[in-house]
Formats: sequence, C-alpha cells, structure tokens
Amino acid sequence: MIKESAYTFKILRYDAREPERRPCFSTYRIRVIPGLTVLAVLLRIRDEIDGTLSFRCSCRSAVCGSCAMVINGKLDLACRTQVAGFNTDTIILEPLPNFEVIRDLVVDMTPFWQMYDKIQPYLIRRSHAPEKEIPQSEGERRQIDQFVNCILCACCWGACPVLAREPGYLGPAAAAKLERFVLDSRDERPASALSLVNDEKGVWACDTVFRCIDACPKDVRPTDAIVGLRKAMVKQSLKKILGKAKDET
Amino acid sequence: MIDHDILIVGGGLTGLRAAVGLCDRFNVGLISKVYPVRSHSICAQGGINAALTNNPDARDDSWEKHTFDTIKGSDFLADQDAVEIMCKEAIKIVYEMEHWGCPFSRFPDGTIAQRPFGGAAYPRTCYSSDITGHVLLNTLYERAVAKGVKIYPEWFVTSLCVEDGQCHGVVALDMHSGELVPVRAGVTFFGTGGYGRVYQHSTNSLTSTGSGIGMAYKAGVPLKDMEFVQFHPTTLIGTNILMTEACRGEGGYLVNNQGERFMKRYAPTAKELAPRDIVSRCIQTEINEGRGFDHPLGRYIQLDLRHLGEKKIQERLTGIRKICIDFIGIDPVDEPIPIMPCQHYSMGGIDVNERCASEVRGFYAGGECACVSVHGANRLGGNSLLETIVFGKLAAQAISEDMEGGIPKPDEKPLLKLKDEVEKKILRLTAPGREKPYQLQADLGVVMDQKVGIFRTREQLKQAVDKLPELKERYRHVGVSSPSRHMNYELINALELEYMLEVAHTIALGAMLREESRGSHFRTDFNTRNDRDWLKHTIARMGDDGGPAMSYKDVVITRYQPVERKY
Repeated sequence: MIKESAYTFKILRYDAREPERRPCFSTYRIRVIPGLTVLAVLLRIRDEIDGTLSFRCSCRSAVCGSCAMVINGKLDLACRTQVAGFNTDTIILEPLPNFEVIRDLVVDMTPFWQMYDKIQPYLIRRSHAPEKEIPQSEGERRQIDQFVNCILCACCWGACPVLAREPGYLGPAAAAKLERFVLDSRDERPASALSLVNDEKGVWACDTVFRCIDACPKDVRPTDAIVGLRKAMVKQSLKKILGKAKDET
Repeated sequence: MIDHDILIVGGGLTGLRAAVGLCDRFNVGLISKVYPVRSHSICAQGGINAALTNNPDARDDSWEKHTFDTIKGSDFLADQDAVEIMCKEAIKIVYEMEHWGCPFSRFPDGTIAQRPFGGAAYPRTCYSSDITGHVLLNTLYERAVAKGVKIYPEWFVTSLCVEDGQCHGVVALDMHSGELVPVRAGVTFFGTGGYGRVYQHSTNSLTSTGSGIGMAYKAGVPLKDMEFVQFHPTTLIGTNILMTEACRGEGGYLVNNQGERFMKRYAPTAKELAPRDIVSRCIQTEINEGRGFDHPLGRYIQLDLRHLGEKKIQERLTGIRKICIDFIGIDPVDEPIPIMPCQHYSMGGIDVNERCASEVRGFYAGGECACVSVHGANRLGGNSLLETIVFGKLAAQAISEDMEGGIPKPDEKPLLKLKDEVEKKILRLTAPGREKPYQLQADLGVVMDQKVGIFRTREQLKQAVDKLPELKERYRHVGVSSPSRHMNYELINALELEYMLEVAHTIALGAMLREESRGSHFRTDFNTRNDRDWLKHTIARMGDDGGPAMSYKDVVITRYQPVERKY
C-alpha cells in the first residue's frame, strides 16, 4: 500500500485587479502520496479545494515552460519538483520574482517577450538557400546544443539580481537565444546585429554571478552566452580599431 | 469588435505555419490560449518523417514508399490522395524548416540525421535528439516573430460563429483583461489540437482538451472518424509522460515479467517497431494475461534501454533520461523504465478535405484537430509533426486562393448575438452550482478509459453511450468558485468541458456503431477488419436531439488496394 503524508501548502495570493488587498498567503493542508509533484498538488488544490487559485500549466513534463515559480525559495518548474524533495512538510509557493503579478502565481511576462523579440530571435541568411539542407557538421550542431534546450520558462529572469534593480535589462534568456544564433554555423547575421545588446542595458549589465545557471531547469548556461557575446563584441571593436573591419552592411 | 481578413486559432505548429504562409498578403490575427511556445506541439519527441534518404540504410527510400507505409499503417482507412500529397510535400517542408533554422541532429556527412520508427520500411524519421517538437515549434515561432505576425497570447476562443453555412469569426475571452471580444474574420482557421484530456490517462498536455473540435461540431461542422483513438505503447507509469517511440527506434526492448522480449511472438519481423496500435494491444495483452509487473500505481511492462549504453542514451535520448530521473527516480542507463499504454493521439477530428476546407464557407482546420484523413485508423510515429506543418502550409495556400476568388463578407450581427449567448453562459457558470467542473471531467475520463479503451465491446461502448447524456445533464449544474473573468482557469475549464462532453459522445457512438476491428479501433466482439461493410469514414453531425447523428463517406483509394496488415 502507498502511504500518504500530510503537507501544508502556503501559497502567496494577490490580484492586481484589487490592489487595495495586500498579498497574503493562503494555507492548504493536503495528504500527498510519494512521487507527487508540486504541480499535481496545485491542480488538486484548485480542483478540489479552492477554485479561485490561479497558476499556469500545460505539459506537466518540464518541456513547455509554463509553471515556473518559487518553491521553498528555489526557482523551478512546479511540474518537475517532487513534494517529498524538501526536508520539510511545509511547501511555500510564490510567483516568479522580477515580474508584475497578474493574479496569484500568474505573472505578466510581457517584458520577457519584449527582450526576446528585440534580439532578432531567428536564423538570418544572406546566401541563397540550397536545394537540400544547409550542411552542418555534428560538431557545429553541438556548439548550439545547450542554448537550443532553452524552454523560455523565465526561471533565469526571476533569479537575476540585475533585473531586480534594473528593469530595462536584456535578461539571461534573450542573451542565450541570441548566442544560439550567433554560434549557429548557418547564421549570417551582420556583425552589427550585436549592437542591439552592446550597451549598459545589454550584455554589459550582467553581474556574472551565475544565478541564472543555478535556476535553469534545462541545464542551459546563459552566462556562457553573455560572456561569449561580450568576447565577440570586443573582438569586433578591436578589428575596427586596427582598421580591419569588413563591410558590415 | 476586432477585424481580421484571416483569424487563426491555435499557436502550435499548424497555426503558426498557416500564419507564416498568409501574413505577407493578408491581415492575419492568431489567437492562442497559451503563449505559442507552450502549445502541445512542444511535447513531440521522436521526429518527423520525410524520405530524404540520408540514412545509409535508406538509400532506396522514396516518398511513394513513405506513402505506402502510411496507408498500410492506417489500416487502409486514410484517403490515399491526401497521403500522397503529404509524403511528397514532406521532403520540401523538412528542408524549409532547416533553412529557417531548425537545429536537426546531423549525420557525420553534415546531412539531417534520420532514425528508424514504427511501421516504416526505412529509417526516415528526421530528429533533433528527443526534442523534435520543441525545436520545430521554436523555429516556427521565431519565423512568426520575424514576420511580425499579430498574436493574441492567452486569449481563449469560447465559440465559433457560423450562420447560414458561413463562418463569421469567433467570440474570445481575453484572459488578462477578462473581456469578451467578438472577432470578425472572412476566414477562420482552427489548429486547435487533439482531445487527449477527455481520457483519464493521456500523454497529452493538460490543455489538449479538444475544445476546438467540440466548438466546430456545436457550430454545425461535421466531424470524421472520431472513434479512432491512438493509444501510445510506452508512457511512464503514474504520470503517463510520453516515452518516445525513438526509445525503440534506437533499439530499446519491451520485456515482460518472464524476462521475455514478447514482441517477437506477435510481430516476428518488426518486433518492437510494429505500429503503435499493435504494440499497445500486445502490451495490454501481456498485462491482462498476468505477465506484467506489479506497482502501486498499476501494472506495467519494462522498456529496457540498458544495452544501448550510456553514450547513446545521453546523446539520442537526453530528454527521456532526464524525465525518468526527475519524475520516477530511475536512470534508464541502469534500470528498465516501467511503462504502460494510454491515450496519445486523435486520428479523427473536424471533417476537412486535402485543402483543409470544411463544408462551412470560410472555415478551415488542420493538424490534430482536423481529419483530412492522412492517418486513417492508426497514425505512424513521426507523421503527426509532419501533418501539422504540411497542412498548415497547404491550408495557407488554399486560403490564399479562396480569398482571391472572393469570400463573402463576414457579418457582425451573428457575432454580436453569439457574444450575448456566451455572456449568458458565463453568467450561468459563475452562479453558484452544485457540480464542480473537475469532478465531472474526472468522471468523464474514467468512462472513456474504461469503456472506450484499447479493447472494446458492444456492451461497454453501449454503457458509455448511455452515460454521456447523463454527464451532459450534470453539466447544466456546473458552477465555478469565482465570478471574476481574468486568469480564471476554473472558468476556462468549465467552458471547455461542454465541448469535451460532445467530443466524447461522438467517439463513443462512432466506436459502438463500427462493428469491425481496424487499426486502433479493436472490437473483441468483431475482431477482424471488414472491408466489405466498413471501408468508409464515419461522419458525425450534431443531431436534432442534441446527440450525434452518424453517416458514412467513401475512402479515397488511388493505387493501394487493401491487403492484410502483417509486420
């Protein structure tokens, strides 16, 4: 037989429509079987106990990136976090930091997507498309592997200390997306494309304290991207100074 | 009132591909109930089929062979002209996606890597490790951003507006503001996905409710072949997370409690790589006959990858390894994976032709919510990603042509009337009610799992068919906890549930009436295929009594006469 254990879930509630009511925790006692995830419990709370609770979810298998939140102080996806994985019977859930809350655990991700849109997040080609695939070696493909794995869940955005003090900052995910294309052997964006993020609100704002790497549920290392982009920018400006700059139009 | 030439509903692969194909020439809007990159397309793991002949073992492959495998896999229920179009187009769209940046895995010669998949005579499944849906969806979303497609993220379409055989648009709920908005469009295209969540156990995302299918049906658009439900052979016990067919494509074994690779007994040639309908039935038979393993969460069979070695598992099945470790605490490098079959894919759907056009003027559908039909009674692995993109593209072409021919102007009157009706419906749902939506959905799921499952009998199907009007009656008493309309997921669930009940009804009745076994539809009381009486599509329309009214339509056969399916 499966043995259930009792847990206390404390969930931070707030509704931007009712700003006069300050954020406060709702407490739910619930019995949980081993192996249950935080998302599974959230669904049970919403469905069986409190239908007013609001949170995002979809794939429940850690690929769609919907259910990022703060779980006992740690940023993670609720769907891949085991309730029994903490040495406590109390689970505290809060919305992702560095965003405005819309309702309960649902945050307004508009700034995140604006930064995503800003960096030209698509393959840019100038040569004619071949009849078949553009050849790419296994090694070249491996170059972009970790950045391809990003699911845009915004755990990194929530973890970033720069975003906490500088809301206009590019953020780790957009930098990782840009580097994913810069490193792609097929991409032919002009060197000037990097100027989009070559300022104090772009890659130079990063503290390089690696919080985004700790927070990423998919083992992406956005700081690698930021460091890579900085190096590419330095190289470019050196080339310019030495008068070797190629036509960049 | 919002106006668009063309309104696309659904931000998955089909919807995005259609939008990308139309946005240069028309005023296009795309509504999605989640951010597009959260769509269920992202969950596809194994790959996308196209006869590129990159694999050294596939030099003789061709789109014609892909066509034959697909038709045989469909148990000859697919429309052969449509399958030919899809398999020919496959090669073009895989290259197109590559040119748009899709990071496919590569062979040492720099070409797109291809792996073996079930029911295919050649290794023709193009992939990116085991996250092929993720890379394709991201690539198409990137394309949509590059082209500046107008997207309405987190808007939920509540109803489709059809009057006098013409579609005028939809009524949608802006989930951020809670506002109900009529959206008028000359053409409405649905790429709204499958109905997995009408079952209790499904690999599908929680958002795959089939509400788009039910919405079209309630608006008077017929559905096709709804009784054909794919059960995937290998889903993780407990959570039913998909364990891609690529596990077997890469060489994984299925093993019973005797330590036997039992598929050798059922499909001596293809073994683990027989089509999904067959493998699922074999697994269920092993379990039913006492050769499964016991677990508190249910009986299971082992999917054994250990002999592949850590390097191959880590490289080709990265995501699977991570899911197993995260969700069940098992590393497949060291231990077999406990799996069971469960609902995975909707072969049936909105009745459309190979141009994705329905019989309603101005209404089109593609991808899993639609039934062209290219999958017939059983879909081959690697053909769903293919269908989504091919028919997103072809729908865009067809809609462009039809727009040039002049589509009647949509009218605002029926839309405003519909908005009032939705308003009333929401008021009813937000008034105190006896019935919680989740409880009704849970009860529906149990009925579908137990009565309309892998093995079916008249008696059980009859019980399901009788139960559905009862569940629909209960729906009249559903009430949600909060009247607020912004980010009220309980309300969205309640709105979707109405459509899920309709979808389930067409599945159950279609299955009860079809007295034969074909592909995924297996009747223990009629256990062979009967081409004389049943080589035909089921068409379901909403009848006057509110229940489905069934009729039948011929299958298109070009050059492949039905033969016995052996693997």
